[in-house]
Amino acid sequence: MTTSSPRRFPIAGLFLIAGAVALDAWAGVAVARLSQHWLPVQASSAAPLVDGLFALESGIGTFIFLGCCSVILWTLLFNRAPKYDLRNGDPIEGNLRLEVTWTLIPLVLVMAIAWHTIQVNRTLATLGGKLRTTGGHDHGAELVAQLPAGRSEPLAPVGPIDVIARQWSWEFDYPNGVRSTELHLPVNRQAEFRLISLDVLHGFYVPAFRLKQDIIPGSEITYRLTPTREGRYRLRDSQFSGGYFSTNQTDVVVESEQDYRSWLREAALLPLQEAPNPADSLYQRRQERGDRGWAVVPPAPPPRVNVSADPAALHDA
Amino acid sequence: MASSSGLPFDPRVLKAPHPVPGAPDNWKRFFSFNTDAKVIGIQYIVTSLFFLLVGGLLAMIMRGELITPPADLVDPSVYNGLYTMHGTVMLFLFLFPILNGFNNLLIPPMIGAPDMAFPRLNAVAFWLVPVFGVILMSSFLIPGGPSASGWWAYPPVSLQNPLGHFINGQFLWILAVALSGVSSIMGAVNFCTTILRMRAPGMSFFRMPIFCWTALAAQTIQLVGLPVLTGGALMLLFDLSFGTSFFRPEGGGDPMLYQHFFWFYSHPAVYVMVLPVFGIFSELFPVYARKPLFGYEVVAIASFGITVLSLIVWVHHMFYSGTPQWMRNLFMVTTMLIAVPTGIKVFAWIATLWRGRLRLSTPMLFCLGGLVNFIFAGITGVMLATVPIDIHVGNTYFVVGHFHYVIFNTITFGVFAGVYHWFPKFTGRMYYEGLGKLHFALTFVGSALNFLPMHWAGLMGMPRRVASYDPEFALANVLASLGAFLVGVASIPFILNMVSSWARGPRAPANPWQAIGLEWLLPSPPPAENFEGDIPTVISGPYGYGLDRPLVENEAHYIARAQED
Repeated sequence: MTTSSPRRFPIAGLFLIAGAVALDAWAGVAVARLSQHWLPVQASSAAPLVDGLFALESGIGTFIFLGCCSVILWTLLFNRAPKYDLRNGDPIEGNLRLEVTWTLIPLVLVMAIAWHTIQVNRTLATLGGKLRTTGGHDHGAELVAQLPAGRSEPLAPVGPIDVIARQWSWEFDYPNGVRSTELHLPVNRQAEFRLISLDVLHGFYVPAFRLKQDIIPGSEITYRLTPTREGRYRLRDSQFSGGYFSTNQTDVVVESEQDYRSWLREAALLPLQEAPNPADSLYQRRQERGDRGWAVVPPAPPPRVNVSADPAALHDA
Repeated sequence: MASSSGLPFDPRVLKAPHPVPGAPDNWKRFFSFNTDAKVIGIQYIVTSLFFLLVGGLLAMIMRGELITPPADLVDPSVYNGLYTMHGTVMLFLFLFPILNGFNNLLIPPMIGAPDMAFPRLNAVAFWLVPVFGVILMSSFLIPGGPSASGWWAYPPVSLQNPLGHFINGQFLWILAVALSGVSSIMGAVNFCTTILRMRAPGMSFFRMPIFCWTALAAQTIQLVGLPVLTGGALMLLFDLSFGTSFFRPEGGGDPMLYQHFFWFYSHPAVYVMVLPVFGIFSELFPVYARKPLFGYEVVAIASFGITVLSLIVWVHHMFYSGTPQWMRNLFMVTTMLIAVPTGIKVFAWIATLWRGRLRLSTPMLFCLGGLVNFIFAGITGVMLATVPIDIHVGNTYFVVGHFHYVIFNTITFGVFAGVYHWFPKFTGRMYYEGLGKLHFALTFVGSALNFLPMHWAGLMGMPRRVASYDPEFALANVLASLGAFLVGVASIPFILNMVSSWARGPRAPANPWQAIGLEWLLPSPPPAENFEGDIPTVISGPYGYGLDRPLVENEAHYIARAQED
């Protein structure tokens, strides 16, 4: 990042630059490590891949940011004009070799990152087919991503679990007929979902899984993921869905295969009941207080489910 | 604002068909259908600074709501309206108009043209701004309140119309955005024509100041992209009000189609805003570092590199919207390529500073602050281009932090730098350095405190656009709110400075910064027709600091003329 020709540099200058670059590289590595603390726990097979990319780019980014800032700081410290000094600086108009260098280095760098990311994308491949469910033209299943070729899981995927998003509640329908407003998944086993929205766009987002997929009304999207850590994680609506959007969240409970099976068995025995949701109660309260505020769509009727999410439960991430 | 030639005003203005700088009853011209680009420029800038205050007020109410986890200050429906209007006002009523203001003020003098190519079209384009401003503001007053579907106005939420009225917030919003598009297209036609056709003799493309290059690059995007957004907005209006179903799934439409229309323009729109600010940086760093712009030709061409790339990246806003893998990969590559031309510019500015003689005046401080913030924003931008990272942090506060680093901490910093730098030229008065530096310090600290913690909240999984959130995000939000209030406080010295300097500031000489450029060969403020009949012939490229070469033929004559005026 030096801008003058090295010919005029004394050896001490070269050492200074080498030291600064080494220090900068060290800072990059340190921030890459530190960056892992800014993220929630890793609870799916995708999380380590995403976090790895984030660490890589945090490191490179820190190196570039600090490198640029040190040069700027250097000029601020040593190239200031004293007051009333109207003289000009060195009339350097450019340096073609330097300009080519700083065109090529970023080019190679971002293309290398992109190449690496494309490989990661191939491994991730969470997205399945997308099927138009409304409208006159049925194009049939349109495969939008390649399915993972050699699946290593010994068991067949769980599901398909229907994820039904409404304004503003979540409902999960299991193949055995169990309905729940809380998503239960067995650990270390691929789960398959059919993402369905009954009204507007919603987003299926579990930060601990590092995964997000919009749910599009009129389409049914197949989606797969593999939880890898037991715990209770937040599932949030990530695509703005109107009025009480921010309350549209629930929990994913990742548990052992055994616990999952017994939950599924016991849930099937419970009667269907209306699951309360915060959007609904906020809307009721607003009606009681004279419907003040700006226009809002009334919430969809609460889903009738076997298992309601526990609003008081503490989530891990 | 009078001249020093005996009369309290320049006698030439009495023969002018419309009021011009230096005329008696000067203020009246700002409220008239004036066709002078310099009047229109100031009209744009003052109008948009007013809307900056409006948008800032909305932001502070939002940050007040978000300082605690539950939605307790305002109802969630009100919050949704506030954030929608905040975004819309800041983009369509602050940034676009203020940059058009700079285009109006700077392009004609910088290229030695007397005025814009189509002065009446120019005035119409400006007067649409208050018209759609009033339309948008009136949506606060109608039953049901303003649009509350976000500035993206994604259907089906934007089509829901809870009260069922024909005139509703969303209707007025679409109308305002469509009018803004019409205004910007008119502006773009004008700016492009002026730059292409009205340059002074000798002013070849590679002697043009970078601001004109970036303005041309940005306005090209407007001409290509805006018709698409305006078309999409009209289809949305028909879906909302006239029963069509372009985007309604129940009628066979596809909500995803709208997203393509929207982002095909609205991602490049960021470059429409940032390119002129790159222009401002490229103008100001040489002046205050007293050095030629490093690698002028490459910096100029890089602007068009950004233009071309900006039109082929829009799907990166839709990585998690059911986009097939090949599109994700393709648009990731194009998006990352943008780092190359922007990197060229950043390195060129840093190299311009290197071994210069830096003067840390207010405009320079805003440029330096903006540059550092922009490097940071560029790095988080590459992260967002990386598909798996975007799938995690897309639609979270990480994105909110990133684009505020671009749109406020870079673009608005550049705008402030430009306002201070050219204030003496176009008002004829000097501003107060002390207040300017106070404005910078408060803005720099406040904006970092405001937008930096947002990245962290987003990485932890806080979605954007929420009126309430889980308690684990409280710390980041308290910091952000405090920063937002500090940015609000920073507007006080700015307003004080602008108002008092314009009214009573010391008179500005023709070239207070010893800058090189055609606009600095004019008196402050320049007469209505700039160089009038005596247009200089340009004989060298811009930014000749320390090169001891004249910019124009017979330079001494123009310097003397500017001083005696």
